[in-house]
Amino acid sequence: MASSVAYVRTEPAATLPPPIRVGGVVGWIRENLFSGLGNTVLTLLALYVIWVTVPPIIEFLFVDAVWEGSDREACVGPNVGACWAFVEARFPQYIYGRYPIEERWRVDIVFALLAIGLIPMAIPRAPFKRANAVFLLVVLPVVSLILLNGGDFDVWLSWWIMLAVGLAIAEAIVFLPALLGAVPFSDRLRPALVAMVPFAVLAAVFVVLSIDFGLMEVETALWGGLLVTLVVALCGIAASLPIGILLALGRRSDLPLVRLFSVIFIEFWRGVPLITILFMSSVMLPLFLPDDVSFDKLLRALIGVAMFASAYMAEVVRGGLQAMPKGQYEGADALGLGHWQKMQLIILPQALKHVIPGIVNTFIGLFKDTSLILIVGLFDLLGMVKLSLVDPKWASPVTPATGYIFAGFVFWLFCFGMSRYSIFIERRLDRSGR
Amino acid sequence: MAVHDDGAGAAPAPARRNSIIYDPKARGLFFQTLVVLGVGFFLYEAASNAIANLQRQNIASGFGFLDETAGFEISQTLIAYSPTSTYGRAFVVGLLNTLLVAVVGIALATVVGFIVGVMRLSKNWLIRQIATAYVEVIRNVPLLLQLFFWYFAVLKQLPGPRQSIPLGFGTSLNIRGLYIPAPVLGPGSGLVIAAFVVAVVGIVVLARWAKRRQMATGERFPVLPVSVALFVGLPLLAYFVAGRPITFEIPELQGFNLQGGVQIIPEFVALLLGLAMYTAAFIAEIVRAGILAVSKGQTEAAHALGIKPGTTLWLVIIPQAMRVIIPPLTSQYLNLTKNSSLAVAIGYPDLVSVFAGTVLNQTGQAVEVISLTMLVYLVISLLTSAFMNWFNAHVALVER
Repeated sequence: MASSVAYVRTEPAATLPPPIRVGGVVGWIRENLFSGLGNTVLTLLALYVIWVTVPPIIEFLFVDAVWEGSDREACVGPNVGACWAFVEARFPQYIYGRYPIEERWRVDIVFALLAIGLIPMAIPRAPFKRANAVFLLVVLPVVSLILLNGGDFDVWLSWWIMLAVGLAIAEAIVFLPALLGAVPFSDRLRPALVAMVPFAVLAAVFVVLSIDFGLMEVETALWGGLLVTLVVALCGIAASLPIGILLALGRRSDLPLVRLFSVIFIEFWRGVPLITILFMSSVMLPLFLPDDVSFDKLLRALIGVAMFASAYMAEVVRGGLQAMPKGQYEGADALGLGHWQKMQLIILPQALKHVIPGIVNTFIGLFKDTSLILIVGLFDLLGMVKLSLVDPKWASPVTPATGYIFAGFVFWLFCFGMSRYSIFIERRLDRSGR
Repeated sequence: MAVHDDGAGAAPAPARRNSIIYDPKARGLFFQTLVVLGVGFFLYEAASNAIANLQRQNIASGFGFLDETAGFEISQTLIAYSPTSTYGRAFVVGLLNTLLVAVVGIALATVVGFIVGVMRLSKNWLIRQIATAYVEVIRNVPLLLQLFFWYFAVLKQLPGPRQSIPLGFGTSLNIRGLYIPAPVLGPGSGLVIAAFVVAVVGIVVLARWAKRRQMATGERFPVLPVSVALFVGLPLLAYFVAGRPITFEIPELQGFNLQGGVQIIPEFVALLLGLAMYTAAFIAEIVRAGILAVSKGQTEAAHALGIKPGTTLWLVIIPQAMRVIIPPLTSQYLNLTKNSSLAVAIGYPDLVSVFAGTVLNQTGQAVEVISLTMLVYLVISLLTSAFMNWFNAHVALVER
């Protein structure tokens, strides 16, 4: 019966207020900027910092900037911003340095080849990775050397003798088991042929380098700007990865002497600043070489940079090797793989994948460190910018800031690009769940 | 039947297995001998070439030059030095300048780095974006370029002494550097310094006593407020008791230059600013990674035990994060010290610029000068890594 019901509502309940918005722009702002008193104070503080810093920077870079002009007159005045006209006038020097103007097409071709080699390599889906790698690591360096320097090198007799002696030693080591009667000679023919491949490639490179293509010789002293930055960075990267891997394997080796040498080598190069290494390679290296051998200034700096980067790379790779579970090593041993097979097929592919962020960090560090070569008198991008600033034709209070901001932007673009690409690759290779 | 002569059951020839070539020991010995021969040949070649080259160029060798008169000025010296001092003393001056910029830089970079690192984890979106922008810009631009920017584009474009920019508290900035007030110790200031020392010692003793008492009885003692009171109050009390003995000499314009106070040369300011800002960006990332490395379960467990959020942070998160943070932090300190050698590019008289620069040019003894310079950095590095190994062993998680 209706009378047994104690309470019956006769009118609708009052409407509840709407919930605090959590979606949309307002909700987002409330959540992220004004969620409490402390947060609000922080937001106001941040707004103040932005207000103090951002408008003057934009004003300097764009609003008050000088875009056109032919000399310093355009960039002098009380409220003048960045002097972009100066950068525009000096732009070719920033790219090519003092490379002869009529020969700059050669540098352009090298840049283009580099892009043709690197872009498909960087896109994971692009085909022909192996051919691409051969192009980048063998063909491109030789072609670039010929194009940039002019080719027609003297490959001395002593180099050919060294090549022959090296080949003889390699073959002797390959045939050693057969010579000692451990295996028949026929088992060793294939490895012996494979061991010849690097020597054959080297000999081919020698032959190509000594051909006269009729190009004008351009000394490395004339190279400069972004060209030198890229040459040093790429050579350093190309040298540091293999040397670093070898050193890391040496440091983890069972042979005490190999381990000792690796540790000493790594700790020495890591323990001293790059500047002292560059000083050493430019001042001390000539002392250590025989009288008749003289290295080019750029080559000496390159050796220093490569040694320095290799030591850092070795420590990064060692981290990856140590992160491998012991079972991987034992599994490879149980399959009967030799030391190099074990490393090449089982350990390194996994270990290197682990340390991609570290490897890219080393590359970024190396790219930034190339700027130090200006201290030993080579003109990389930063060196060219610094050189251009002493020109009285353009000297004004704003040109130093403009030049350095431009150089900084170029470096930033390369380094930031590399770090983003590393994150992309890391995500792609990440097979952990998901 | 189609059974081969050597048969399926016959064992392979034992000679093939026991050959010396497949003995790991013999192989190890062989390859190590190869390595030693290679390295030995390399070193021998280098040494004999160096000796021959030095003899031909008539360059003196040995460290005797350290006792000769240097004959050049150094713009910033922490110990007494004049052009009549020896090369050895110039070396010490350079080393001290390096250590000075390294120590101050490390302190500054740590403070800025921790603040930016915590900012990157802030709940506030704007704060997070500012910190990210700072880190991404600074980390991806070469340090040398940043030093050039601060030195040539900012500090060298400042007005002269007559139009010094006042920064407050008697500090001012102009093209000749940063001028800060110098404390003048009058009679009786020994009391203030003594009070300061007493306060520091007292705080240490107090903290130990409070911890022991809490361990024994569970009673807490308000260590932090009492410490702050001691630290500020005691020297202040002594200051007034002794009749305000310490005064500040404020730099003032006299003629064409600022007189009085302490002048900090612009090279030092630029180097310090560049090093600290650059390293701080890396420290910020280390701090962020360290805090993120502490699993969320730790916070939740602490909250489940009823520990307050502030206490959770101090007693649960930070101690665990520090274990992750400190090893890479030490290597950043080392990097900062090594990077201080970039001083040579802007003319701050550090070890490299004084010794491997000026002294090398004057004496020409490349081998000795460069090796001595490298040795200093090597010793600093090895000491740091020895400390790091000790520390790692000290705080390592003991599992089973």
